[in-house]
Amino acid sequence: MLWETIKLAVQAIFRNALRSFLTVLGIVIGVAAVIAMVIVGQGSAQQVTSDVEKLGSNVLMVMPGQDAFEGGPGTTDPPFSLADNNAVERELSFVDIAAPIAASRARVVFGNENRRTDIVGTDNRYFAAADWEIERGRVFEPSEIQSGRPVCVLGETVRDSLFGNANPIGETVRIKALSCTVIGHVKSKGASTFGSDQDDFVLMPLKTFQRRIAGNPDVTMMYLSISDRIEAARAQEGLERFLRDLRRIGPREDDDFTVMDMKQIATMLTGITDVLTGLLSAVAAVSLIVGGIGIMNIMLVSVTERTREIGIRLAIGAQARQVMTQFLIEAIVLSLIGGLIGVVLGLALAVLGSNALNVPFTPDIGIVLLAFAFSAAVGVVFGFFPARRAARMDPIEALRRE
Amino acid sequence: MADRSATPGPLIALRGISRIYGAGETEVRALDDVDLSIDDGEFVAIMGPSGSGKSTAMNVIGCLDAPTRGDYLFDGVNVARLSRDQRALLRRHYLGFIFQGYNLLPRTSALHNVELPLIYKGLGRAARRDAALRALAKVGLAERSHHDPSELSGGQQQRVAIARALAGNPRVVLADEPTGNLDSHMSVEIMEVLRDLNHREGLTIVMVTHEEDMAAYADRLIWMVDGRIERDAPTKRAA
Ligand SMILES: Nc1ncnc2c1ncn2[C@@H]1O[C@H](COP(=O)(O)OP(=O)(O)OP(=O)(O)O)[C@@H](O)[C@H]1O
Ligand SMILES: [Mg+2]
Repeated sequence: MLWETIKLAVQAIFRNALRSFLTVLGIVIGVAAVIAMVIVGQGSAQQVTSDVEKLGSNVLMVMPGQDAFEGGPGTTDPPFSLADNNAVERELSFVDIAAPIAASRARVVFGNENRRTDIVGTDNRYFAAADWEIERGRVFEPSEIQSGRPVCVLGETVRDSLFGNANPIGETVRIKALSCTVIGHVKSKGASTFGSDQDDFVLMPLKTFQRRIAGNPDVTMMYLSISDRIEAARAQEGLERFLRDLRRIGPREDDDFTVMDMKQIATMLTGITDVLTGLLSAVAAVSLIVGGIGIMNIMLVSVTERTREIGIRLAIGAQARQVMTQFLIEAIVLSLIGGLIGVVLGLALAVLGSNALNVPFTPDIGIVLLAFAFSAAVGVVFGFFPARRAARMDPIEALRRE
Repeated sequence: MADRSATPGPLIALRGISRIYGAGETEVRALDDVDLSIDDGEFVAIMGPSGSGKSTAMNVIGCLDAPTRGDYLFDGVNVARLSRDQRALLRRHYLGFIFQGYNLLPRTSALHNVELPLIYKGLGRAARRDAALRALAKVGLAERSHHDPSELSGGQQQRVAIARALAGNPRVVLADEPTGNLDSHMSVEIMEVLRDLNHREGLTIVMVTHEEDMAAYADRLIWMVDGRIERDAPTKRAA
């Protein structure tokens, strides 16, 4: 009986193939959207996590200000100094390297070429802490660091946009009023997960930056490489305690600095992905509901068109519940067909999207089943009213209808 | 047919049946205090002017409709007290219908049309096919079983409808103007099929018709006027 009903439903659907297809379009789009977005979202979350693992989870960044996003030039909290940075490296046994960083954005010019980029003042410790390898040329000489010589090391993006195929070593670039000799450039790390270019910077000695670019002796960030013999949480705790002492923060006062580790950044980024995925999924859910209304509409038309058939079935002994089941199953089969097309389309879109965003394609059977179940549920919910209308028909009236 | 007439007494017994549409000023008494008994194996024709309540009577007898007043005993069971779903079960197991407009499912083969009531009876695929083919053979349409209604003549379509009514092995077949849409040649064809079923298989048939010629195939003629039975007598053939 059930099998018969399903067969009947499929027949009825294919008898009006075009109309059925247009009807399920809403479901198709909804399901495809959910699947594509969730899969691509999960892929990029996975990408972030693995990127961060590559960076090494034993990196801590310390900035003045209570919030990482408030830090930098705007904050009213006192900046760090080179001495602070060196004290951290010297006093804390679990800090292998502390690299002082002061940075701002400025235009770097060579001949006719120019580029707005991050100008970073630091010293050789930064190469070691952040794993920058020299591609050509050299790092800073101690004397250059000592006396703040106008020399710089380029990130790959800056090198490429200013020099193309030419050898930059020994050339002079201009940053604001400063003429600066290129002494080296570093190997590319490529784009980060969210497409931000990690190679877009110019490095120079900290003192050069402080005197010639910033005009102050501030260190705006300490970039710390932490020993892997200590747990991240304990390292962070020890660091915070040390900095509170150093900056003379009273026991009841809040920190006036922020310590971030890469894991936190990763969680933050995946959090953003989750929010985005959630938002887009909500849009997709709305389209499923619109799809459901389409199904309800077409089922109502179908019930009206087939009034006579319903009359015949009732006359030969179908009970109300059996007529109800028939139309309900028809609605469910209809939306499942939509769901199936949507799953296929969604997976295809997910493959394309993952490729385009350069994140791994992580098909998830759970979300596929969920989308499928959801489309069946749409069938039940929106098929119910038309099916009940069919079931409540009076056989005599129904048979009389032309 | 050993299981037929399980209970003594008439198969169909209407006792003071009224069917009233509307209320107050606009009230229509489609059936007005009707008493009627039909025995197992009878072939009854109902005639009467338009609006006299013939179809209403058929609907009540066929358990499609419930009377406003009175008792209707079908094989001893009081149908007037049954629920909608219980009446559906009675129709499924004991009643077959033939309509003026055939009422076959379009774009569905003769065979599938005939199988339809058997699906609701819960027969398996093979049994259903068997019974449907046998019913089609009885009306002389075995070789047309795979044709759609649109490929069949009016007479043939009505024969498919008869096969559908027969397929479930009912105790009564109700036919409301079965020849109403057919020319005289096809009408005779249909009436001969019905008469044969009544004679050979003892099938009880109640038929509404507007034509004397068709009524003549029955054993008994009921004449209705204004929702009442005015005359109830054997036909010439039976006499
Ligand atoms: N659903 C209904 N609502 C109101 N009145 C109805 C309804 N069905 C039938 N009637 C009325 O009941 C009366 C009997 O109708 P019925 O259909 O039984 O007549 P009939 O004898 O079959 O007529 P015909 O020969 O034209 O088919 C008529 O007056 C009709 O208008
Ligand atoms: Mg009538």
